[in-house]
Amino acid sequence: MNLTLKIWRQKGPQDKGQMVEYKVTDISEHMSFLEMMDVLNESLVAKDEVPIAFDHDCREGICGMCSLHINGEPHGPDRGITTCQLHMRTFKDGDTIYIEPWRAKAFPVIKDLIVDRMAFERIQQAGGYISVNTSGNTQDANATPISKIDADLSMDAAACIGCGACVASCKNSSAMLFVAAKVSQYALLPQGRVEAADRVRNMVAQMDLEGFGNCTNTGACEVECPKGISLENIARMNREYLKATII
Amino acid sequence: MTTLNSRIPEGPIKDKWTLYKDHIDLVNPANKRNIDIIVVGTGLAGGSAAATLAELGYNVKAFAYQDSPRRAHSIAAQGGINAAKNYMGDGDSNYRLFYDTVKGGDYRSREANVHRLAEVSGAIIDQCVAQGVPFARDYGGLLDNRSFGGVLVSRTFYAKGQTGQQLLLGAYSAMNRQIARGKIDMYNRHEMLDVVKIDGKARGIIARDLVTGKIERHSAHAVVIATGGYGNVYFLSTNAMGSNATAAWKIHKKGAFFANPCFTQIHPTCIPRSGEYQSKLTLMSESLRNDGRIWVPKKIEDAKAIQQGKLKPTAIAEEDRDYYLERRYPAFGNLVPRDVASRAAKERCDAGYGVNATGEAVYLDFADAIKRYGTQQAKIHGIANPTAEKIYELGQAIVEEKYGNLFQMYEKIVDENPYKTPMMIYPATHYTMGGVWVDYNLMTTVDGLYCIGEANFSDHGANRLGASALMQGLADGYFVLPYTIGDYLAADIRTGKIPTDTPEFDAAEKEVQSKLEFFVNNKGTHSVDYYHKKLGKIMWDKVGMARNAKGLTEAIKEIHDLREDFWKNVKVPGELNELNPELEKAGRVADFLELGELFAKDALNREESCGGHFREEHVTEDGEAKRDDVNFAYVAAWEYTGKPSEAILHKEQLEFKDIELKTRSYK
Amino acid sequence: MSGFLSSSIARKVAMALSALFLIIFLIIHLAVNLTSVFSADVFNEASHFMGTNPLIQFAMQPVLIFGVVFHFVMGFVLELKNKSARNVKYANYNGAANASWMSRNMVVSGAVILAFIVLHFIDFWIPEINTKYILGDMSGVLPGEEGYRYFEELQHKFANPARVGAYVIAFILLGLHLAHGFQSAFQSIGFNNKYTKCVKSFGTWYSILIPFGFIFVALYHYFNH
Repeated sequence: MNLTLKIWRQKGPQDKGQMVEYKVTDISEHMSFLEMMDVLNESLVAKDEVPIAFDHDCREGICGMCSLHINGEPHGPDRGITTCQLHMRTFKDGDTIYIEPWRAKAFPVIKDLIVDRMAFERIQQAGGYISVNTSGNTQDANATPISKIDADLSMDAAACIGCGACVASCKNSSAMLFVAAKVSQYALLPQGRVEAADRVRNMVAQMDLEGFGNCTNTGACEVECPKGISLENIARMNREYLKATII
Repeated sequence: MTTLNSRIPEGPIKDKWTLYKDHIDLVNPANKRNIDIIVVGTGLAGGSAAATLAELGYNVKAFAYQDSPRRAHSIAAQGGINAAKNYMGDGDSNYRLFYDTVKGGDYRSREANVHRLAEVSGAIIDQCVAQGVPFARDYGGLLDNRSFGGVLVSRTFYAKGQTGQQLLLGAYSAMNRQIARGKIDMYNRHEMLDVVKIDGKARGIIARDLVTGKIERHSAHAVVIATGGYGNVYFLSTNAMGSNATAAWKIHKKGAFFANPCFTQIHPTCIPRSGEYQSKLTLMSESLRNDGRIWVPKKIEDAKAIQQGKLKPTAIAEEDRDYYLERRYPAFGNLVPRDVASRAAKERCDAGYGVNATGEAVYLDFADAIKRYGTQQAKIHGIANPTAEKIYELGQAIVEEKYGNLFQMYEKIVDENPYKTPMMIYPATHYTMGGVWVDYNLMTTVDGLYCIGEANFSDHGANRLGASALMQGLADGYFVLPYTIGDYLAADIRTGKIPTDTPEFDAAEKEVQSKLEFFVNNKGTHSVDYYHKKLGKIMWDKVGMARNAKGLTEAIKEIHDLREDFWKNVKVPGELNELNPELEKAGRVADFLELGELFAKDALNREESCGGHFREEHVTEDGEAKRDDVNFAYVAAWEYTGKPSEAILHKEQLEFKDIELKTRSYK
Repeated sequence: MSGFLSSSIARKVAMALSALFLIIFLIIHLAVNLTSVFSADVFNEASHFMGTNPLIQFAMQPVLIFGVVFHFVMGFVLELKNKSARNVKYANYNGAANASWMSRNMVVSGAVILAFIVLHFIDFWIPEINTKYILGDMSGVLPGEEGYRYFEELQHKFANPARVGAYVIAFILLGLHLAHGFQSAFQSIGFNNKYTKCVKSFGTWYSILIPFGFIFVALYHYFNH
């Protein structure tokens, strides 16, 4: 199929940037979206133009690098997938596709479609861990049984790949779903309870400091999350936060 | 010329590691504060090592080419991690894990290292649980296990189909704690481009800030390379797009021997390729082979009809299906080790029985598993005389619970519902057992230069068993390197800070700079990917799943020629001092173009079939791999001399004192 | 806003609590309004009680006004902060793909409701305050007439079709505001569990029935004066 692409080009963080139009032809419907981008880039290299920079790595939906805002939605129109898992069969011949970077003050653009997501890392450094040293003689892994329900819920929260689609989709650029997933993973496990109060306070404080917007429960994040992280996690974080600050 | 000393401690195998730890030199806590360690790569091995070294008190500088350590490709490991916990009570033990790993590796790994790996495997699970890794549990709240290919016990711990992700996030959380405390300086979006040696010791690296393009000097008392495998030498592999061998190759060129490059694992269960534009191959977890049955049509005319799209697999009668793994290997059936399963698939497809348009695919069928689980569930729920639909529905729910995310992934890529029609799979390059040669301490042939995880060669011999890579990465990082590196650093407590304004740093930086300048200034005609794809094709066709002397000799020549062409005609757009993905790729492909040649040379040298290395000249009468223990029970460690094809071979003879060398049989 | 209310989650919770308070208030307000449909006397009695009882006038009324003002001010403060969290806008943003119109436009429905409240204050509250506290007439009876004035005044106000129209539009937007706001308030205070389904369907019914009740009263008096 033949497509018209409108892609955000920005030389660097200080550059103003603009949407630029490109045409691609003979795109197979079995290609992944990023393979279509590869084809475009190869053609740009052939024409001695600078190819479009975009983040990507594993190309199997788990590393969380890829981060394209496609036709108004993070990771494109399909559900439960990352950009690298989006296939061209989702589009029709002759379509115009808008491709933009994640937009949030806390995610400044580095170049073209690449944004700086270090805010997420700093939030995790503020408390997204259990303070245990590597000794080789922590208690036996089976010493504390953990209910399957809690373990599964914890796993569901831990499935977050930190891609930032939640922020990108949210009309407020709120990072609540990401932070809530990290808080929930530990809050649901007995190992994580010891530091639960400090963790949620510190992580939320860092989140606010980074300049993300506030949650208004639109639920867009949950819909767009490639890993199906549930809004229940946000409610859990709200509870954890209230417990930690008021009680 | 350096001679190989593997530094295996004395004593009986089960006591070696304990005795070793009891007698090594330690660095006192006050002195650790004065010692810097560079860790390049922050996957499971590098991440766990960086965290643990920082916990111990060393000043760690960690480098990752992604924007965060949590994106390293360890994250993509799906199936699980082995540990000899024997929670299932099915007779597992450290010895059995050790034995299985050595046997699974086709007797080409170092006994002492593998035994140590088995010994610390249990502690890894304890550590990860303490960190909050949400492993799967049963209804009693205890940890669940599943079985993997090549073994007879259930010892694999897992977290849904995302075990690697969870373990990496665990290691990353440990890193985060140290980053917050200032004990780890994290350099994201940085790529190591060379190692700096001073007086024969590794004392630092040259790295490029991938955002600004700035070349940086970093010094340390020891350097740890944990940058994963070189599977992307094939262009198409299950590795991440950015996975590269540059760090490993650069240290090779600076004196670290490279061992057994020909031992590369072709994973049997990947989604087949669909076209020329393909950028990577997607792995479907080996755990699928627990329940899926692999088959191709028995009749060649059925296979042809399927290839032409005239016949559906579900229309083929049971008696017309060839469950070739169950037929050839009744004892292990669909759970034979990866190398065996891959070759068997290739054998069927080469004979014309492949099942997609390219003829390069076999079926992985869950119909039986769905029926079996459904019947079981009907009994559990007390449903008398359930209908076939009910059984299917109940069975599908169980299969979905176990493999739901994998099935979803398959459907997204192939656009077929794997619950209704069998999956198509085909082997793809996955893991590299070969790598930088290291001694028992995980130190390379360069003093103070360590190599851990997939990047080194040590534990998996000629073939890696499923769920062992995560185990090895974490064992190296959490429980081995932090001890062994102390023994070396104990001599360095009086050295003081290593300056970076020395001639050695000057020279290394200059070399790096001139290479980069060459790339952006060379007005070539072909893109980097053009060369990478060409290299990949040579590798897959001639150094792939089955190799022979003629093909390998040709490959060496062709890769050499391709490299010459690359250095004349490569085109790299963009500039030096900016984020430039094409420039990054160019450097990586340049290294693959050298590594590929050594790879082929090693494969040519190894006149036997063994694990992932299959030489068509060396087969038994029934077509199985034929190992040659008399002449090839050694590690081939190559010394760089300026040209990959002229590398000098050093042999580390492998001694098997505790395991009898046998023909590996899964029949 | 310092201390506790400087954190994003605390602000959310404060929004939710003030919202829940206003949700309860709406029920009481509607209950009093509905009496006007059944009996002018009951309506008059109820209105007089509400208008003169010191507890309601001097304790509940200020709390209510504070609640309303807080909800609005905080709502706009958060909206400004949220807007500033995305300094460069998308060229193409398909909000409808993943979130309801109501949830994305709380500030729009909120602003309409605010405008309505201004109108409502001009219509009823300011004249009431003027009569009672400026003119000092606490009798609830118009000079020279018998019985309370409230019902009469109500009917008089709803004779004007423009006003009724404005009320109807405002209440439709109140319904849309509530359709998202009701369940959102519960989510914000951390209530998301097996009862959430009930909360959501209750919220949907609430957001339909309450505005419908107000609209019904307005139209009833428009057609029956």
